[in-house]
Amino acid sequence: MAKRTLEPVLWMLFSAGGVAAALLVPVLLVIFGLAVPLGLVSAPDHGHLLAVIGHPVSRLVLFGLCWLSLFHWAHRFRYTLYDGLQMKQVHELINTFCYGCAILGTAAAAYLLWQVP
Amino acid sequence: MTERSAAERSVYSPYHPRWYRPRMSTYWWLKRWAYVLFILRELSSVFVAWFVVYLLLLVRAVSQGEGSYQEFLDWSSGAGVLVLNVVSFAFVVLHAVTWFKAAPQAMVVRIGGQRVAPALVAAAHYAAWAAASALLTWVVLGG
Repeated sequence: MAKRTLEPVLWMLFSAGGVAAALLVPVLLVIFGLAVPLGLVSAPDHGHLLAVIGHPVSRLVLFGLCWLSLFHWAHRFRYTLYDGLQMKQVHELINTFCYGCAILGTAAAAYLLWQVP
Repeated sequence: MTERSAAERSVYSPYHPRWYRPRMSTYWWLKRWAYVLFILRELSSVFVAWFVVYLLLLVRAVSQGEGSYQEFLDWSSGAGVLVLNVVSFAFVVLHAVTWFKAAPQAMVVRIGGQRVAPALVAAAHYAAWAAASALLTWVVLGG
């Protein structure tokens, strides 16, 4: 019997995260990372933004985006270190670091989105 | 001597053939533009992860109140953060474009036994991208 591994699940998360990040990250980064800081558009009013982020659908979408994007990063960065820097001999360390960060980040996202008043 | 297997003997032989494993430079990916692009595409994930951190800092600031939100806005318009976000934007767009380019190859869509043209699958992804961007812009800035 073939050895069962987590790899297919991790690949699915990588793939789903790739789609989520491609669809949602550029526009959010343009708004909050470029347009608002550069003064191209006025910053959204605090009350409005609080209402938007606090909506259950937004919390769920943002949580999904954070979770999947972080696992997308973990998978891709792991292979960048394997192939790009030929660091496969320390794969256990790399896996622990990458997926550890992704799990901690996902937990932080859940906590912060739960905390929104 | 005659009792020992060939495999056992080979362990001690000074003439054991060496494996042919040419050493590859750590910078192998600098040799061709296609390889550089591959590494840049893989590195885009680092900027995706940075964006998650940035987004969560924004969420935290907004949750904590108007003062924290204002502090976040001041911090985000500082030169260092701004430069990082400009670079991140370039990488995130590289990710999106290369992802949508690969999508028709990864996804074979069939409708009524006929394969949907790859160009159409790619076009659907770009349409979804435009729709998602328009919707989020409207929700965040308009609404």
